Amino acid sequence: MIEQQGTKLTVLYFAWLRERTGSAREQVTVPEAVGTAGDLIAWLRDRSPGHASAFANPRVIRCAINQEFADAATKLRPGDEVALFPPVTGG
Amino acid sequence: MRTIRVQEQDFDVGAEFAGLAGSCAGIGGIGCFLGIVRDAAQSRPISAMELEHYPAMTEPAIERIAAEAERRWSLLGCTIIHRFGRLAPGENIVLVLAAAAHRQAALEATAFLIDWLKTRAPFWKKEHYTDGEQSWVEAREEDDIAAAQWLAEGC
Repeated sequence: MIEQQGTKLTVLYFAWLRERTGSAREQVTVPEAVGTAGDLIAWLRDRSPGHASAFANPRVIRCAINQEFADAATKLRPGDEVALFPPVTGG
Repeated sequence: MRTIRVQEQDFDVGAEFAGLAGSCAGIGGIGCFLGIVRDAAQSRPISAMELEHYPAMTEPAIERIAAEAERRWSLLGCTIIHRFGRLAPGENIVLVLAAAAHRQAALEATAFLIDWLKTRAPFWKKEHYTDGEQSWVEAREEDDIAAAQWLAEGC
């Protein structure tokens, strides 16, 4: 059996993304073709009906990589902590 | 003196003012914004406001916002305290104090800090209504516009 290749990431979900996906944090291994935050969001949609609901409208999703705001074009590296969330509403 | 705290418990506004005012003899004024939980959202009464945040990122994000304020104005100190957890109407949510030698820097920096906190600090609010329903607060376009105006002016 061929050992699974790919990029290991930690994905965090906040607010209604956490509620819809049913998890606050998960470890994923994505194929090499998933190279950016935008690719990751598209890939996550197929994980469960909850994920599909959470990511139905990718335009409203914001992200941070290793605790810094990032955008859909930001490249992913092995071991990254990718946080996905709706636009912030503090203050 | 820069003080940044993200905490569940309440804060003492008077003590925070006194602490900042006493930290530097050159301070001539302190601008203040105190955010409080309203008792209704779009005229629908609420029983609580729940604030979620991203612990590993929140304080670094607020530090970056404070550093930007210090770069733009001659501040002699600032205090930013943001609460999380479940808050009842009337409770404090956020405190921003900006101290300077003169009022213009103190007041402008205070407005800048709260505008950027609203759009660049990883907090999410959920309203719990008195009828038992709940919903996540949606980001307001006015907040983005208010935050963006500082980009134009800061160049």
